[in-house]
Amino acid sequence: MSDITKQSLSELIKNIKDKKLSSTEVTKAFVERSEKSKELNAYVTEDFSAAIDKAKRFDENPNLDLKLPGIPMAVKDLFCTKNIKTTAGSKILNNFIPTYESTVTQNIWNEGAILLGKLNCDEFAMGSSNETSFFGNVQNPIDKDLVPGGSSGGSSSAVAAQLTPVTIGTDTGGSIRQPASFTGTVGLKPTYGSCSRYGIVAFASSLDQAGPMAQNVKDCALLHEVISSYDEKDSTSIDFKRNNYSKELTNNIKGKKIGIPKEYRVDGMPKEIEDLWKKGIDYVKNCGAEIIDISLPHTNYALPTYYIVAPAEASSNLARYDGVKYGFRADGENLIDMYEKTRSEGFGAEVQRRIMIGTYVLSSGYYDAYYLKAQKVRKLIKNDFDEAYKKVDAILTPSTPSSAFKIGEKTNDPVSMYLNDIFTVPVNLAGLPGISIPAGHDAKGYPLGLQIIGKAFDEQNILNIAYAMEEKINFKNKITDWWIK
Amino acid sequence: MSKDKPEYLINRKDNQYEVVIGLEVHAQVTSESKLFSTSSTKFGAEPNTQVSLVDAALPGMLPVINEFCVKQAIKTGIGLKAKINKRSVFDRKNYFYADLPQGYQISQFKDPIVGEGKVILDMPDGQKEVGIERLHLEQDAGKSIHDLDPKNTFVDLNRSGVALMEIVSKPDLRSPDEVNAFVKKLRSIMRYLGTCDGNMQEGSLRADVNVSVRRKGTKEFGTRCEIKNVNSIKFMQMAIEYEANRQVDLIEDGQSIDQETRLFDTKKNETRSMRSKEDAHDYRYFPDPDLLPLEVSDDFIEKLKLEIPELPDEKKKRFIEKFKLSPYEATILVSDNETSNYFENVIKKSDVKLATNWIIGELFAALNEKNLEITESPISAGNLSKLINLIKDGTISGKIAKTVFEHMMEGDKDPKKIVEEKGLKQESDPKALEALIDKVIDDNREKATEYKSGKVKLFGFFVGQVMKVSGGKANPQLVNEILKKKL
Repeated sequence: MSDITKQSLSELIKNIKDKKLSSTEVTKAFVERSEKSKELNAYVTEDFSAAIDKAKRFDENPNLDLKLPGIPMAVKDLFCTKNIKTTAGSKILNNFIPTYESTVTQNIWNEGAILLGKLNCDEFAMGSSNETSFFGNVQNPIDKDLVPGGSSGGSSSAVAAQLTPVTIGTDTGGSIRQPASFTGTVGLKPTYGSCSRYGIVAFASSLDQAGPMAQNVKDCALLHEVISSYDEKDSTSIDFKRNNYSKELTNNIKGKKIGIPKEYRVDGMPKEIEDLWKKGIDYVKNCGAEIIDISLPHTNYALPTYYIVAPAEASSNLARYDGVKYGFRADGENLIDMYEKTRSEGFGAEVQRRIMIGTYVLSSGYYDAYYLKAQKVRKLIKNDFDEAYKKVDAILTPSTPSSAFKIGEKTNDPVSMYLNDIFTVPVNLAGLPGISIPAGHDAKGYPLGLQIIGKAFDEQNILNIAYAMEEKINFKNKITDWWIK
Repeated sequence: MSKDKPEYLINRKDNQYEVVIGLEVHAQVTSESKLFSTSSTKFGAEPNTQVSLVDAALPGMLPVINEFCVKQAIKTGIGLKAKINKRSVFDRKNYFYADLPQGYQISQFKDPIVGEGKVILDMPDGQKEVGIERLHLEQDAGKSIHDLDPKNTFVDLNRSGVALMEIVSKPDLRSPDEVNAFVKKLRSIMRYLGTCDGNMQEGSLRADVNVSVRRKGTKEFGTRCEIKNVNSIKFMQMAIEYEANRQVDLIEDGQSIDQETRLFDTKKNETRSMRSKEDAHDYRYFPDPDLLPLEVSDDFIEKLKLEIPELPDEKKKRFIEKFKLSPYEATILVSDNETSNYFENVIKKSDVKLATNWIIGELFAALNEKNLEITESPISAGNLSKLINLIKDGTISGKIAKTVFEHMMEGDKDPKKIVEEKGLKQESDPKALEALIDKVIDDNREKATEYKSGKVKLFGFFVGQVMKVSGGKANPQLVNEILKKKL
């Protein structure tokens, strides 16, 4: 089989189970393609030879009952992986090798998958273009010098370029869905509490969720099924009955009520996004679902709320990177001097900006005006969704207000960069699941995504809707392998 | 309270100043493992051997609440007759220090687990109620060791994450003596409950002391200073005394007092400014997003109430009512659980009055001299009971009993055996005593004549002589009777 890397996860699993392919063949194919794709800069750490060894060992005694039998997989470098460097895209963790494994990645290895390497991402997952990574820009395989989105930019690039069959990312304000949308791939942000946060380098604890990224909805469902689990090591993990999301996947969404929130028609939204949304509405209608206009009145406040809550939590979460215990340390005259130099040299500009914003909004005298008020607004945003879900089963919106932009285009304009997350952020603030699926192309031929937002714990429903829409949309990613010489 | 109660006042020329004190007591929760991790809390281990990934704040590590510590805090709250808050919230207190691995301490700020309560102090002039403002759970930090290396500071994270209860009193204390009584009573309650061992040497109990002064008769509080981290009652008292006088001197000098945090230098016996209000940390408290609010049910609290033992105040009441002890005696005997247990074991088979006197008197003095706790007493409750019975049934006199007691302190010997081996049994045979008395009268003819002629004061002399000749063993009552007849 010459086109191993073009196969979907489901096809690869079938071929391995049918013994038409060995794990070694599959792993080698992805390793070879990854090696030819260095220009994408998708990887921070490659673990290719170990991966091939593991594949060989798998083949010697294959357990074909596993859900991911011998499947190679690269993961975002925010997941701690035992004995493999974990950087979070930061200089401050450039030398950090965990002695432990995140629950989510452990779940993946437990089902037979094999680590290919660690994928680039924005520093501490703070960014929407992967440009804040200490390890440099990631190229979007769609076009040269195009950002792959962020913060899971290495992940989206790697899946779209078929360097890994599927991957996992993390999503704090859109960091799975926006890069999925920019690269013509599928990305799911699960309900808060569905996937354990244990062993994931924290950005904003009350918003962070790990989730699957894939070429198609079915693969996404299967990977979600593997990573979602109740974990006593994470106090915010929720013990609810999890589905066999891939087995229970159906394209029958007849009679489902899909809400269209009028507040998502933001000022200055490009016409092609508006048109894409309309097309999406037609697709769900064609699937037999019912369209209902809804209102999410506090949507306007979501972005400012997010940019108070997330930096506040981050400013505290990142306090532990102080040069004392692990990671990068700069020499200093005394303790305070060492702290200042370590953190000034170890953190990039965007991370420093957010630490400062977060420190400010939590300061005595400002707490009530910013943090406390933001928490109240957050509650109102959640109430909006609760109200809407009395009338509808899911909500359909665009994933992003634009298609992928050029590297460097927005780096000097943080606010314009933050606006990228305008449609994804409310979902995190409300703790809901959301999925982005590719739904079309803009005039430049760049992919555009649609987002389906579900009720809490109702991943199955949004996966089903996405699955039904995917069939109708019949999206084809236009990837030319331009980076392979 | 009586009006003539001895007030603790600081006198300067024409002015008298009252001292107002509030304590923030940090009590280490007695527990096997830490507040948010499974590492051991055992004292005295090799540095950094009791540190989990969570305690060292490695990336991606998350806190998980230790239910046992929550129970301990609630029990303590019950012991302080306090309101138990069914919903409490853990907050992050953010600051940078080398022994604070997370860069924040998980504590409870706005919504503590325990609300208002009280502690009753038994002062010489009566009881005094001291209000408890709140009790909250928080993590301890690690330890910075500055004196092992000329250039570097070492950090030991064994304590990092150990559960502490911060118990905040209202500003109800008025003297170093009251502070002494308060800390001891609080410690006693926690020891009864088994929620804190109160071991100040090991740092299980330490306090921040808030001190202010005001002219006697004024209602408003003066500006307070907080003396940080004082780790013995004696030092607390010394620090208060110094600090109150310092503040009074400033006022008398026409100066104002700056609200500040101070340190107590135990060697120089003085407090020193650590940081002013302007330099106070902004801890940027906010609810810890890694932890959900802590919610406990009525049922959970009720079950814990069933586990609460009889506490000192109730026990004291029972001792007074049931055993007719004086409040003073009862207070001493209930001061800790071990002492009251000892007392109750002794009186199982012996006289209460004698037992009380012997425990409070001889036993405490002897233990004190040897620097022993009651649990380390060389004399078991059973043997002290036997000794008391020997006195009660006239086998030995109280005086001889003290000799026997001294022998018992050398090792827990049966007092009966000591009496037999040393021949200390009381002489109560009238005939033997008569012979002795005859001899004494014979040897002191002149004095006997003087007595008979009206110098009755000499009676005591004769008793003394008889006792002396008998080696203290003569039954004093019989000696009295026979002497009267013979003389």
